[in-house]
Amino acid sequence: MSMSAGYSMPQQMAHDGKSAETRNLRPNELSTGTTIMAIPFEGGVVMGADSRVSTGSYVANRVSDKVAQLHDRIWCCRSGSAADTQALTDYVKHYLASLAIETGRRPTVKTAAHLMRRLCYENKDRLLAGVIVGGWDPVDGGSVYNIPLGGTCIKMPFAIGGSGSTYIYGLTDSEFKENMTRDEALTLVKKAISHAMARDGSSGGIIRTVTVTEESNDREFIPGNQLPYGPAGW
Amino acid sequence: RKLFALPFIARLLLISLSSNHPKYHSKRSIHTVLEQRIIISIITIFTTPLLLLHLIMSFSLAAGGSTTRASIPGTNTANPAAPGNQRTTRPIVTGTSVIGIKYAGGVMLAADTLASYGSMAKYKNANRLVSINPKTLIGGGGEYSDFQALTTLLRKAALEDRCTADSLYEEDGSEECAREVWNYIRAVMYNRRNKMNPLWNDVVVAGFAQDKDGSTGEPFLGLVDKIGTAYGDDVLATGFGSYLALPILREKYRGDLEEGEARALLEDCMRVLFYRDCRASNRIQIAKVTKEEGVLISDPYELDTSWDSASFVTPKGEIEGDGGW
Repeated sequence: MSMSAGYSMPQQMAHDGKSAETRNLRPNELSTGTTIMAIPFEGGVVMGADSRVSTGSYVANRVSDKVAQLHDRIWCCRSGSAADTQALTDYVKHYLASLAIETGRRPTVKTAAHLMRRLCYENKDRLLAGVIVGGWDPVDGGSVYNIPLGGTCIKMPFAIGGSGSTYIYGLTDSEFKENMTRDEALTLVKKAISHAMARDGSSGGIIRTVTVTEESNDREFIPGNQLPYGPAGW
Repeated sequence: RKLFALPFIARLLLISLSSNHPKYHSKRSIHTVLEQRIIISIITIFTTPLLLLHLIMSFSLAAGGSTTRASIPGTNTANPAAPGNQRTTRPIVTGTSVIGIKYAGGVMLAADTLASYGSMAKYKNANRLVSINPKTLIGGGGEYSDFQALTTLLRKAALEDRCTADSLYEEDGSEECAREVWNYIRAVMYNRRNKMNPLWNDVVVAGFAQDKDGSTGEPFLGLVDKIGTAYGDDVLATGFGSYLALPILREKYRGDLEEGEARALLEDCMRVLFYRDCRASNRIQIAKVTKEEGVLISDPYELDTSWDSASFVTPKGEIEGDGGW
């Protein structure tokens, strides 16, 4: 078959017409092409995610839970390959549980994030996982760490991730402010994730959030027909 | 066209080679006058049939009708795969499923109004259900620009039909019925496929077939895909719809569906597609073709969706959970 004009040959052959989000997945591998987000506030952190799990263009699960608990007050949002992130979460949960028993103290969010980083970094060629680790601990209060592909671990004032996050960089950059209250943070998380779900084909469904504070973990669920900004758009 | 020039070029070459001017004398110049004439006549004999064939081809059905009607601007018919020419290698802006069903009063189609840019839901108000003439409706999935080009081509033909009819105001049976439009689309798609430059679309055609005496006949629903496969049925769907919606449509189809039932069935299918297709939207359009009123396309509206089943609401990521989703 002759080559097409308008594309340079290496460019054409590199992706072979496959879409960006699925070309590194194995055939039939499930992807949490996703929107995830976390914003810390005074006394805790709000973490949120959409609920769509896709295999290519098919929605394998439209109500999945991408916000996983690693310890009492430490949670992580998962994006990338569903299998890889579930396995990582299981490992980190196990290590944190052992650590809590050995030290007799709550593990810090920093420790949890660095454990996650170790796993992601040392297996970087075998994993497709981008996570946001967040939570509350008595040392730092609410904190958020972003661990993208490759295993970088970086503490952030707020974090967004997943394929849908590209659509909300502008929105979050303009709406975020330092020292938000709990309600402001929750509103922004819901709003930003709705906007990402409206534009990203791999994000959608419902929004699941958890608000982590010293006292409690408050789970919230926003159904797909009550989103702040619906997927139908203008 | 280049073949036209060949005999003349051949003659010029031979004349220059055999010139007796001292400058052009070559030790290897072997052409006597007789040999020149033989060579010229041989070349002419071989090229003339090719020229005639080229002339005939431009009027034949291989081009999908007359050349003026079948050529879509921007495509070079001479050598489509040559460097510098454009051809569709992969779709860029795409529409997803279109579904259709015959019912008691006519035919109904449904499609969402989303044109995606890869995985991005870029254009949320794109019309994918279009009327060609007052009695024919088409819906297209796949590359949106190719669908727009096809629509322009079909509408141009329909306008010519109207303007060259015996009367602008009365039916004379010369307007193309849906079955004719379907067949014409098939010819265009197959022709483009043969040139390795397809219109990257799956097109659903809805309307009525025409009886021999020109009166409107049975309801018609047909599909043409990007390589020119054409078929008709009582229920049809393209894209994801063929996997998710067709089984539902086939299960619930009856010959005597009322308009309200047909519409509810199509909405149910569009809802399932919104739940399960990453490239679908919940803003849809429904269009119907009836004998009395012709084509009617609704405004886009949003579907209701359901997310409050108990197993949906309970979170799964808690530490006591099984680590699943």
